Amino acid sequence: MSLLPAPVHDIWVYLAASPLLGLTITLLAYVLALAVHRRCQLHPLTNPVLVAVALLVTLLLLTDTPYTTYFSGAQFVHFLLGPATVALAIPLYAQLGRVRAMRWPVVLGLLVGSLTAVASAVGIARVLGSSLPTQLSLAPKSVTTPIAMGVAERIGGIASLTAVLVIVTGIVGAVVAPTVFRLLRINDHAIQGFAMGVAAHGVGTARAFYISEQAGAFAALAMGLNGAITALLLPALLSGWH
Amino acid sequence: MVSGFAWLLVFQLAGEVLARGLQWPVPGPVLGMLLLLLVLIWRGGPGEDLRNAGQGLLGNLSLLFVPAGVGIMVHGHRIADEWLALVVALVGSTVLTLAVTALVMRACHKPTQASEATPAPKEPS
Repeated sequence: MSLLPAPVHDIWVYLAASPLLGLTITLLAYVLALAVHRRCQLHPLTNPVLVAVALLVTLLLLTDTPYTTYFSGAQFVHFLLGPATVALAIPLYAQLGRVRAMRWPVVLGLLVGSLTAVASAVGIARVLGSSLPTQLSLAPKSVTTPIAMGVAERIGGIASLTAVLVIVTGIVGAVVAPTVFRLLRINDHAIQGFAMGVAAHGVGTARAFYISEQAGAFAALAMGLNGAITALLLPALLSGWH
Repeated sequence: MVSGFAWLLVFQLAGEVLARGLQWPVPGPVLGMLLLLLVLIWRGGPGEDLRNAGQGLLGNLSLLFVPAGVGIMVHGHRIADEWLALVVALVGSTVLTLAVTALVMRACHKPTQASEATPAPKEPS
């Protein structure tokens, strides 16, 4: 049952049927989340994705609005992930010289990081007794949403659950990365960015652009490479996993 | 801005066609990114329009993940049942991946002057 008074609820139901409402509340929640993030001096725990999602889930639950209704409007924002992924070529091009100079750290970091992301997630979930579909949905959690959903489907996970786990992983990565780098004394922006891209895909990349353009470009590179090798290798790697 | 955005869509489309045509498991947008990178190398950089469109999207990258994130409400039951395993797996694996990737890269990277050009501010001790 909705918590709104009946007349307001009727108007809400009418509006929710058009894409306008889902789109508008997504943008408003994000603007609000950004304001909170700035107010808290960009504190990692006030990550704008985290705050916006929390606001929207609360609103949808209070008004008894189903996710599919919301998504009919929000899909226009979701769609822009495609062209945004393509656009990552631009900062990448700007950093090409630095990428060439660091090709061996990049190749090794990618292989070891990608394997760690999959093996540790599946391993921890298995040890703690989670179900097989959940383990398989977790496996591609560090790669960008469209790749992760495709991979999850192929290996027997639940694609829509994977989409959520991917976003949560991204938020966790953006929140903990500054602390991890401080404890390990990792000061090179290229290495910071690359690690964030491998572990936390696009949300990590968005956060890396706050550090510097160079960190953002290396995160974009890592996200693209990790997505590609995960899509190619993970189905073969987990085909015998029970 | 409009023509820049149109180019981004054209490269995404080209990536999709390539992925389907060759039956590669890599998503279209990622192939589109690689194609655009090749064209940028060939042409010697992006034009004004493409740069503006790219900045518009990448400057608000976080926003684009919000709709998928709200999908968490659909999986309330499974998450309530397995929340401990999920939280430990996500946080543990993410911290481990960040640390291992960064340490491996630092171990096989000899710092040169260029690589120390943008050092982070000294941490308080």
